[in-house]
Amino acid sequence: MHDDDHDHGHAHPAPPDQDGRLSDYQLMEIAVRELLIDKGILTADEVRREVEKMDARSPAQGARVVAHAWVDPAYKARLLAGGTAACEELGIDMGTVKLVVVENTPAVHNVIVCTLCSCYPRALLGLPPDWYKSRAYRARTVREPRAVLREFGTEIPDSVTVRVHDSTADMRYLVLPAQPVGTEGWSEEQLAALVTRDGMIGVALPRLP
Amino acid sequence: MSARFRPGDRVAVRSAYPPGHIRTPHYIRGKTGVIERLCGAFPNPEELAYGRNGLPAQPLYRVRFRQDQVWPGYLGGAGDTIDIEIYEHWLDPA
Repeated sequence: MHDDDHDHGHAHPAPPDQDGRLSDYQLMEIAVRELLIDKGILTADEVRREVEKMDARSPAQGARVVAHAWVDPAYKARLLAGGTAACEELGIDMGTVKLVVVENTPAVHNVIVCTLCSCYPRALLGLPPDWYKSRAYRARTVREPRAVLREFGTEIPDSVTVRVHDSTADMRYLVLPAQPVGTEGWSEEQLAALVTRDGMIGVALPRLP
Repeated sequence: MSARFRPGDRVAVRSAYPPGHIRTPHYIRGKTGVIERLCGAFPNPEELAYGRNGLPAQPLYRVRFRQDQVWPGYLGGAGDTIDIEIYEHWLDPA
């Protein structure tokens, strides 16, 4: 008898199938997509390619922007003055997104939330994590940001201003973390490896070298 | 675009509760803050939501509020703030 013989009298748990009833919004998405394809406005392959493009975006893009800002003060100034144009300088396709970059300093810690839905700088960070979309994160980050940050393991002293940004309308936000002490003279690639998704949302600090 | 407010101006968010697609969060209605920056002008989302063109575009501001004036009993530094994007038609001089 070998190890993968399944004729041995007990059941193995199978991953749950997602074959419950579709929600109204799932049905609506399918209906609209099928109509657009039937009417020749989009092809199924175009839809697939957009999904593929969406899934391919990752926080590596944002990390590249942050690392470049750390090594190039003039670039950092342009990034803070106009986030969209500065990202496009690095060849990142920002689409129609208007980006505001907010800088963490010894006196200010920034954190991003979208209380109304889940607005997120996808071009730079990819798809948002589930917790970012949760009601708990959205409701609590505006009301008790320090308690939320503590739950992420991020303790901000009372002497540092916590600045919450509620992404309610047409802007998208990226936190520019402070460069960790002791990384002076590092290459952009080395620095980018210290920059995390959570650090660019503002719920964590960069990795320490 | 003619913007009614400039950075540094004190503004009050309207205490209004109309039905529809409103991008002014409930928790900030009636509160007073300071214009942080003008973001530009954008089609009005309250109109876009109903298939209209949202024109004329509305000036959109980032408004900074003191947390201890937004939440009674706020726990945190006295300097803590929250910045929120708010369309001009939701703001009055304060």
